[in-house]
Amino acid sequence: MQKNDFVVRFAGEGGQGMVTSSEGLAQAASSVGYNVQTFVTFPSQIMGGPTWAQARVSTSPVLSSGDSLDVLVAFNEEAYLAHRDEVRDDGVIIYNAGAFEPDTDGHSFGMQFSELAKQTGNARAENMVVLGALAFLVDMPQQILNEFVRERFTRGRNNDEEIITANIEALLLGRQEAEKSGFSLGELAPPERPEGNQILINGNEAIAVGAVAAGLNFYVGYPISPATAILLWMERNLTGEGKFVYQASSEIEAINAVFGGGYAGRKAMSATAGPGLSLMGEGLGLAWMAEVPLVIVDVQRGGPSTGLPTKTEQSDLLMALTPGHGDMTCPVIAPGTVEECFYAAVMAFNWAERYQGPVILLSEHMLSERRQNIPKPDLSKLEVENRKTYTGSNGYQRYDGWELSPMPIPGTPGSYIANGSEHDAMGDTTHLAERHIQMTERRFSKLKLLENESYESTNTDASIAIMPWGGSKGPASGAYEQLQADGADLGWYYTMYLNPLPKKLLEELKKKDLVIVPELNYMGQFSSVLRSQGVKAESITQYTGLPFKVGELTQRISDRVAQENKEGVTV
Amino acid sequence: MSAKNPEYDFKWCPGCGDFGVRRAIEAAFQQRKAEYEKPMENNVIVAGIGCSGNMVHLIEGDQPYGVHGIHGRSLPIAMGVKMGNPDLNVMVVAGDGDFLSIGQEHIAPQAARNLNITAVVMDNAVYGLTKGQSSPTTKLDTVTSSTPFGKSEQALNPLKLYLTLGVSYLASHVSTRVKDLGTTIADAMNHKGFSIVHVQSPCTTYNNTFMELKGNLKEGIAPLAWDIPEQHDASDLEQAFEVVNQGGVPLGVIFRDSDRPELQDKVDEINSKSFERKIDSIIDSFAI
Repeated sequence: MQKNDFVVRFAGEGGQGMVTSSEGLAQAASSVGYNVQTFVTFPSQIMGGPTWAQARVSTSPVLSSGDSLDVLVAFNEEAYLAHRDEVRDDGVIIYNAGAFEPDTDGHSFGMQFSELAKQTGNARAENMVVLGALAFLVDMPQQILNEFVRERFTRGRNNDEEIITANIEALLLGRQEAEKSGFSLGELAPPERPEGNQILINGNEAIAVGAVAAGLNFYVGYPISPATAILLWMERNLTGEGKFVYQASSEIEAINAVFGGGYAGRKAMSATAGPGLSLMGEGLGLAWMAEVPLVIVDVQRGGPSTGLPTKTEQSDLLMALTPGHGDMTCPVIAPGTVEECFYAAVMAFNWAERYQGPVILLSEHMLSERRQNIPKPDLSKLEVENRKTYTGSNGYQRYDGWELSPMPIPGTPGSYIANGSEHDAMGDTTHLAERHIQMTERRFSKLKLLENESYESTNTDASIAIMPWGGSKGPASGAYEQLQADGADLGWYYTMYLNPLPKKLLEELKKKDLVIVPELNYMGQFSSVLRSQGVKAESITQYTGLPFKVGELTQRISDRVAQENKEGVTV
Repeated sequence: MSAKNPEYDFKWCPGCGDFGVRRAIEAAFQQRKAEYEKPMENNVIVAGIGCSGNMVHLIEGDQPYGVHGIHGRSLPIAMGVKMGNPDLNVMVVAGDGDFLSIGQEHIAPQAARNLNITAVVMDNAVYGLTKGQSSPTTKLDTVTSSTPFGKSEQALNPLKLYLTLGVSYLASHVSTRVKDLGTTIADAMNHKGFSIVHVQSPCTTYNNTFMELKGNLKEGIAPLAWDIPEQHDASDLEQAFEVVNQGGVPLGVIFRDSDRPELQDKVDEINSKSFERKIDSIIDSFAI
């Protein structure tokens, strides 16, 4: 029987090329029409430390990175011992015979990674030796990988051809070793090329590209894992006349500069992670108070404090909702897939301009480095919203009234003061009770402009529903498919618009007996938000620094549903 | 705006040095308006928090744009405004607490970048708005509401700090010499790069130093303020340090480096080296 899907994990010491291997496999497989998704996890240090990267290749769209492994590539003994239990019974382990020799386990074979690479004359071709072996195990045509190598190493340098030849040689050597081992995983079904043009991109890149598509022209950031890649991407790509990109001296400087840029009329953004968001709280409060559009991307990592800088968690939600002191709430958009990362960035800017205030795009580590094929965005269908600006004469009352009003741009008539203190219609400080009432209600009233966004819903008649958020969407949809196949009567709801929630969605959720929220934090943050809005919600939590596994999540949801259906209806 | 605006109820104490600074800033804006023929809304005042920060509400006549932002963060906000629209004239107004205590971390990066803005720092060596606490420029052993047994830190020398951090323009002044101060602020705004005008602006309620600054010849008290001699070469950093090391309050331009590129020059240089990337080609670069 042909296989439709396989999962490979590359595990070893940071710097041994685990990420390159998984991305190489993803690139090669996607280039011929397979669906791919990578997943990376590593410690917070420059080199070394236990690192692993995973690639899933499938004939159908990939929802999660995969529960168990078809192939484990163990670069050292520590990796072998740590990951071997996750290999399926019929899976294969390729270990680095140059580094260690495991006890016989019946499904391992060794190759001398570095020795084989050296034979090609290019000691850096270790990854290609491994990819060659993998290609044999799943019966992937050699031609696919050869083409991939040719494309990847054609860089206009004098020795391109030499490098290409060595890498193709490495692929062949790996293939031969695998052949000698006698192992095989069966034939991988031929790809069913997804309809339409596809791009291969990771979450951080998708956010950056989406922001540019929305008109971003002002970026100030500070390096922090796992958001640094967005700053680096901007430094290279947000170029040309009228663009400003800068590495600030701190997140405090970044948020305040972005505030200044937004005030001056720019579409301004910064990207950070938990600790940086903590430092940005006061600036976000100012933007809320002074009604200045800006976008902050928070690529969540494990917290609190420095926490787990290179692991995944969904634990910044509550802070994103109220990042500053006082009566404020920040609009939050949390993408659940790499594709949504692109559209979340577009919508974050649309929201910021539409309601004139700060918006938080809440991404997470598992999305940031996940490389995946997604449909190429159709720019002609993209709706980009721009600021409603004031074009009259001086003497304008910028903050007059109880609702949104056009915003003057410095340099043009309409001088006013963007004030963090409570202020009157011109922006001058005031302490009057009636003013504070009017301005507070004015600021909150603008959120109504954001309440009509889209959401997913399936089987809406069911009294129990699952509603994941952010990156847990993938594993949760895998679990939902499984539960449905098992005959469970469950509803499905999902939106990336977390604050404010789409009004109609909230109405639907309120009718449920139970809304189960799978989320990666201890506190059950999103379910507590839902409960505060009148929804009977309950979380299924995990705080391991890793995403949910579909199988485990399916079981936990099933158990919870069984408990709810006291009559003993099983799913 | 206080005259027109009954809701705004903040007042500087009678005799506050900041009144003089305000008149000087208004004069400098008028001078600039005439020189460049740009309307008042081309100016943006970015203020921090404290008595000084209220400057932005108290400017009379034609109104510039303003930001009354966060304590200590006027420089990064000003950076955003200036780099967001390089055509604007951006001024920071701050006090010694705002600029030199909570906001001190922001001086060095702007000096290194040579951001083309002007900071007017009103130094009264005390936290006035919160009622009389010690500030970085309060002298050692001084009794204040927060140092009831005397201040345990020595006073910061802000002029030395600015020169050390590499600001490209530095002037020092007193709030009582309104006309000279106005001319100096206008001069600082004309400087291409990061300019600081550090003004002694006494607090009549908690730290009245008007007499010390002016001195009293009859009683043989030498004035703290002294005019920088005409032969001082402000383009020479060594001479600038000599002026500062003489102590007291020098009046006039201490240092001016007109040759350094400012941040916008560097940004333009980088942008001219790099080609503009269109969104279509960016997306195509990810094509499978």
